[in-house]
Amino acid sequence: MRTTAPVIAAFVTGLAMTVAFFLNEKTPFVGEISNQLLDWLIIIGGFTLLLGVVSILRVSWQSVERRKEGWIYKVALIVSLLAMAIPISRSPLFGRFEGSIYDWLFMNLQAPMMATMFATLAFYIASAAYRAFRARTPEATLLLLTAILVMFWRVPIGEAILNQLPGDFPYFINKFVMNGANTAVQRGIIIGAALGAAAMSLRIILGIERTYMGKG
Amino acid sequence: MQIKHKSTIGKLPAGLFVLFLFLSESVYAQEVNSVFRDDRINALITMVLFSAAVLLFTRWARQGKPLFLRKIAGLDAVEEAVGRATEMGRPVLFIPGIDDLDQIETIAGISILGRVAQITARYETPLMVPVRHPLVLAAGQEVVQQAYIYVGKGDAYDKDTVRYVAGEQFAFAATVNGYMMRERPATNIYMGAFFAESLLLAETGNAAGSIQIAGTGRPEQLPFFVAACDYTLMGEELFAASAYLSHEPVMMGGLKGQDLMKVLIVILILLGVLLTTFTTDIGVVFKSWFKAV
Repeated sequence: MRTTAPVIAAFVTGLAMTVAFFLNEKTPFVGEISNQLLDWLIIIGGFTLLLGVVSILRVSWQSVERRKEGWIYKVALIVSLLAMAIPISRSPLFGRFEGSIYDWLFMNLQAPMMATMFATLAFYIASAAYRAFRARTPEATLLLLTAILVMFWRVPIGEAILNQLPGDFPYFINKFVMNGANTAVQRGIIIGAALGAAAMSLRIILGIERTYMGKG
Repeated sequence: MQIKHKSTIGKLPAGLFVLFLFLSESVYAQEVNSVFRDDRINALITMVLFSAAVLLFTRWARQGKPLFLRKIAGLDAVEEAVGRATEMGRPVLFIPGIDDLDQIETIAGISILGRVAQITARYETPLMVPVRHPLVLAAGQEVVQQAYIYVGKGDAYDKDTVRYVAGEQFAFAATVNGYMMRERPATNIYMGAFFAESLLLAETGNAAGSIQIAGTGRPEQLPFFVAACDYTLMGEELFAASAYLSHEPVMMGGLKGQDLMKVLIVILILLGVLLTTFTTDIGVVFKSWFKAV
C-alpha cells in the first residue's frame, strides 16, 4: 500500500494533466481539472513550508546548543528568520507595506546581500573562463579563439573596431557563430533533454520508475 | 525475431511522413467550440508514437532481449567518487537542484539521490543534502531514509542529512558555499535544475578541491559546469541517470525507446532541410506541421 497508493496517484494525476493538455480549456469540468490540480500543488506547498522552517530551526538550534564551530552565525540566522517572519502578523508597524519592519529589513539587508552574492559571479566567471580557455589542445584553442571573437563583438568598443575592418565581421559572428553553431548545439541538447524528460515522465506515470519514492 | 524488430523500426519514420503528408494544414486550425485542441494534433501524434516506442522497448527488455547502452562516464564515476570520500573521511555533498518538486529535473535529481544514498550508506560515508524547497525536503528525506533501509543501514540514517537551508536563491548559494569551504566535502554532486548560482557553487567546490559531478537539462548552465566540474551529464543523460544506475532492463528499455525517437527526429530534420532548400510550397507546409502551440 505504501508504494501502490503513490503510484496510483501519479498515474491518475499524470493522465489527467496529459488529457487536459489536448482539451479545450473552455470545456466544462475537464478544462478545470488541471487548474485545480495546480491549485492543490500550491496549497500543499504552502503547508510544507512549515517543514522547512522546522528543519532549519532544529539544525541551527543544535549547532548553538552544542557550541559547534561558527555557532554564532546560527544565532544570527535564527534571529533573522524570526525578524522576517514575525512582522508579517497584523499590527500598525507590521505587514509588508512600504515603511514596515519587513520592508525595511528586505530593502536594507536582504536585497543588498543577494545583490552582493550575484555580483561575485563576475569573479567566478573570470576564474572559470581562465581554466576553460587554456589552449592545451586544438579544440581548446578553437574554443579560445571563438570566445575571444564573441566577447570582443559583445562590447561596444569591440564592435566599433570590427566594423572598421574589411568584411562584415559582426554579421559573420552573429550568423555563423551565434545563430549557427551555437544555436544548433543548444537545440540538440534541448531536444535530447525534452525527450529524456518525456520518457522519464512516462516511466513515472506508468509506475516503471519508482526511484523518486526511494524504491528500487 | 530480431529481423522483425528491425523491419518495424524502419517503417516508423516512413509511416510518420506519410501520416503527416495526408494531414492538411487546416487540421491544425483551432475551432472555437471544439472540445479538443485541434491545433495540438501534431503533439498528440508525437506523444502516441513516443509512448509506443518506449513501451515497445520496455516490453522487449522484459522479454530478455539484450539492449546496448553507451557508457556515461559521469555516472560510472559516482561510486568511485563516493569511495574517495570514504577513504578521505570527508562527506559527500549532493544538491538536487534549486527548483521545486513540480519540475522533472528535480524529480530526476531526487531519483539519483536515492542511488547515491545507497552507496554512501553502504560505505558509511556522511552525506549532506541541502535543499531550497520544503517539498523537496520531504521527498529527499523519504528517499534517503528508504535508501539506508534498503542496504540494511536504517539505524545509521540521520534525519538532518537532507536539510532546508534557505528559500532564496543566493542565500542558498551562500550557505552551501560556506559549507564547502568549512567542511571540504570530498565529492560534490549537482543533479537537477540550476540557474545563476551554478558557477558560484561549482567554482567554490573546485577551489575546495572536491571531485565534482554535475548534471542539468538547462543548456545555458552547462558551460559553467563543464568548466568547473570533473564530469558533466548533459540534458538527456540526467534523465537517463536513474535508469542507468539501476541496471534494470525494464528501466533501460525506456532509454532505447527515447533513442528511437531521436533517430526519427534527425530524419525529419534532414527531410525538412532538403524540402526547404529544394522546394518552396512543400517545405513551408512541412514546417507548419511541427508548429508548437
